[in-house]
Amino acid sequence: MSKPDTLSVVIEREFSHQPEKIWRALTQPHLIAEWLMKNDFAPAVGHRFNFREDYLPNGALDCEVLAVEPNKLLSYTWGSTSDNPAFAVQNIVTFTLTPTATGTHLRVEQAGFRPEQQQAYQGAKYGWPRFLDKLDQTLAKAN
Amino acid sequence: MATRAPDLIFKTLGDPTRRAIFERLCRDGEMTVWKITAPSGVSQPAVSKHLGALKLAGLVKDRREGRETHYSAQPQALASLTDWARQMTDFWERKFDNLEDLLNRMDQ
Repeated sequence: MSKPDTLSVVIEREFSHQPEKIWRALTQPHLIAEWLMKNDFAPAVGHRFNFREDYLPNGALDCEVLAVEPNKLLSYTWGSTSDNPAFAVQNIVTFTLTPTATGTHLRVEQAGFRPEQQQAYQGAKYGWPRFLDKLDQTLAKAN
Repeated sequence: MATRAPDLIFKTLGDPTRRAIFERLCRDGEMTVWKITAPSGVSQPAVSKHLGALKLAGLVKDRREGRETHYSAQPQALASLTDWARQMTDFWERKFDNLEDLLNRMDQ
């Protein structure tokens, strides 16, 4: 019961490029802007930044860097802003890079949960229970 | 990309006690607050509070019958979570396509 609970999506892909090169694309603002969104990112734990796109609610996401392990792991909060604090929920986005024989396995996990669980997250790091599967099972049983 | 309804459901189901109550209602069907309280190890006012939060999020429905209120799960409310998951998956798949293009253009 002490573990924070989360709903997350995981997307994985093999790239035929070295982790060092992918790391640059994940951490250099002008490169991030080319594939993800406009930003003022810096690879430093505690750095606060925004992603900006017209289609986002309020035009921006509020983010904070949580973990930086060069060429291996990058994690930041992904805050959907809302005027109502009850609805302002933080997601956590974590990129994990694993070298393969032909390049890199890149995994991104986006996890959604309550803001007050952020602290718990930093202790627990990764390897959380996958909640969506459980929800699907619950749904299947209920129908 | 971002909708607000999933945020409320995240918040609501982020609490393990609340989620246990919801899962039990999904599994065992409609019941009164007393029946929910009995084996839970949580006080009745606390259970009522959790039920209130679940109701606010659209996850449970209540029905008065005489002096008793009966609660039942509304699992279709979870659809916005699965929609969220689908949307985010599509989002990252598209972004990974962009990333692949970028990597092919970059120098070593």
